[in-house]
Amino acid sequence: MADAVDMAIVDKGIDDSIGKLTPERIESVIRRVLDKESGARLQVYVETCVRCGLCAEACHTYLSRDKDPDYSPVAKVKATLWEMTRRNGRVDGPFLRNAARIAFTECGTCRRCSMYCPFGIDIAYLLSTVRRICALLGIVPQYMQDTTNAHSVASNQMWIQQDDWIDALMWQEEEACAELPGALIPLDKEGADVMYSVIAPEAKILAQLIGNMAILMKAAKVDWTMPSADGWDNSNMAMFSGDYEIMGRVERAHWERAVQLRVKRVVMGECGHAFRGAVYDGPKWLGWRGPPIPMVHAVEFYYELLSTGRLKIARKITEPVTLQDPCNIVRGRGLHDKLRYVVRALCEDFRDMDPRDEHNFCCAAGGGVINCGPPWKLSRLKSIRVKAEQLAATKAHTVITPCHNCHSGIEDIIGHYKLGMHTKFVNELLVKCIEMPGS
Amino acid sequence: MYPYHVPLVWTAFIALFAGLSYRLVSMARLAAREKTVLPTLDAKYGARSILHWVIPFNSRNMRMRPLFTVVSFAFHICLLATPLLLMGHAVLWKTAWGLRWWSLPPVVADATTLVVIAGGVFFLLRRIAAPEVRKVTAVSDFLLVLLVISPFLTGFVARMQWFRSSIPYSTMITIHIVAGALWLAAIPFTRLSHMLWFVFSRAYMGSEFGAIRRARDW
Repeated sequence: MADAVDMAIVDKGIDDSIGKLTPERIESVIRRVLDKESGARLQVYVETCVRCGLCAEACHTYLSRDKDPDYSPVAKVKATLWEMTRRNGRVDGPFLRNAARIAFTECGTCRRCSMYCPFGIDIAYLLSTVRRICALLGIVPQYMQDTTNAHSVASNQMWIQQDDWIDALMWQEEEACAELPGALIPLDKEGADVMYSVIAPEAKILAQLIGNMAILMKAAKVDWTMPSADGWDNSNMAMFSGDYEIMGRVERAHWERAVQLRVKRVVMGECGHAFRGAVYDGPKWLGWRGPPIPMVHAVEFYYELLSTGRLKIARKITEPVTLQDPCNIVRGRGLHDKLRYVVRALCEDFRDMDPRDEHNFCCAAGGGVINCGPPWKLSRLKSIRVKAEQLAATKAHTVITPCHNCHSGIEDIIGHYKLGMHTKFVNELLVKCIEMPGS
Repeated sequence: MYPYHVPLVWTAFIALFAGLSYRLVSMARLAAREKTVLPTLDAKYGARSILHWVIPFNSRNMRMRPLFTVVSFAFHICLLATPLLLMGHAVLWKTAWGLRWWSLPPVVADATTLVVIAGGVFFLLRRIAAPEVRKVTAVSDFLLVLLVISPFLTGFVARMQWFRSSIPYSTMITIHIVAGALWLAAIPFTRLSHMLWFVFSRAYMGSEFGAIRRARDW
């Protein structure tokens, strides 16, 4: 049985809107998504599943909740999409309330389960389809909907205004120059080798990451730039809320800015889902086969700078560290080996997690789960006990998290399960370890 | 009256192949409507994924569940091999079409038949015993397993000439043929179509993981 406390959680974004729905509207929206927006993939996945239950062991929610069968990936699909299909869209309010809770808060679309399904069924895609239906019906967790609204109005996830954006960059340029003279942040430099792409939290709450990047770019003598106006944020929470119209708009703006600046490639900061949105989901929705300009994730970029000697290591971190594999750059880009190369270059005492690489457990924050906000925090932490156990077993002091969601999610896990660790981005370690030019 | 005046075999094979062709063509048209599905398919990574997953113990989940892996592979291999390589069937093809075909020694075919039946029973029991499977099991899942093992069960009973005093051999063989025909005809239209879609769902996932996401899907 699903957890009674979680089932009773009140979220205005879901509960208030459900009352306004009519049976006709519910049916027509579900039919539209199932019949018009989906096709062969959905049909093959729904029909091929032989209900073998082999996906269960893959899911951190299932494992963390004492193997309660209600939380296995296939059970989540059964309680949502199969029923919608079977009843041809004729479902009621309580059903949708349950479906929204499952799809938004109990699955982070990390795709670990599709590696455990013998047929390779993309279960995360099926639950994203449920989110899409919920979004069109207007039943989205309130906090998550707010980020989508911010994208819609301010072109970024956190309501950052144009002057605040420039201000954040100028502030970080000053900070960076204090560390390394000449570490400027060039804006709108046409034809630069690299455009550095960030997500809104970097400008709003973790601005030092931008300053760090300015130091690294200067130290490695990279010809780089950042956009001064809209298109700089592709964090794209709309991809997870199911508002694909906004998702497409965010990605189009981002890529149009990059094309306008005629940069040779885009380096995505340490964020997994922004990378996913820019490389897969966005282009897919827009009908592009891939992004118009190559994008590399920061981890791959660091690997390149270190392995070619453009950045040199002067000192190493001595305290024990472990490493989280973010789903969207490991299962989503196969960067686990490069990531370990970078971590080993920076740290003397690296203690790997088990399971690791593509099989590492999710942080339970990604896929928009953490963006469902405070009402769902405790539920999220109940769903991720396995990660706490996995972290504790490493006996590390620092958890390296090259993804914003992993970073915040693991910080919460550490606090809740009293693990006494702390999280760091790779770029925070890099600026401590590299040889500064002229020093 | 000639005993086999209903062309059951033909009916079953026509249902099977016409059904599979129909499903394939309509699915391909549906796939073409989603602009990114067909362009995503990649021959190399699709094949890599299929090959990887048809080898026992090649994927982490298979190693985590050794009993299931052994039973499942044995079941599926014997399920396909037995009807194709049974001496009784080879004799029928020889008399009907003059086709020379390989066949298993009868004692081996007995063993593979029993593996299928035992595997089917294992799957049925697992549906009841494992909570994560019971949770998503419907009556149709039990019926489907029974349908799959019924030609093997009836064929084996006929071959062993069991219950001959109450059910004559020819009746038992007729039941076997009807069960076999139903099984073949059901493949395109039931969950047994996983036999067909396996190749495509794996190829698609293999392509997404391999060509686009540059990761392994096992």
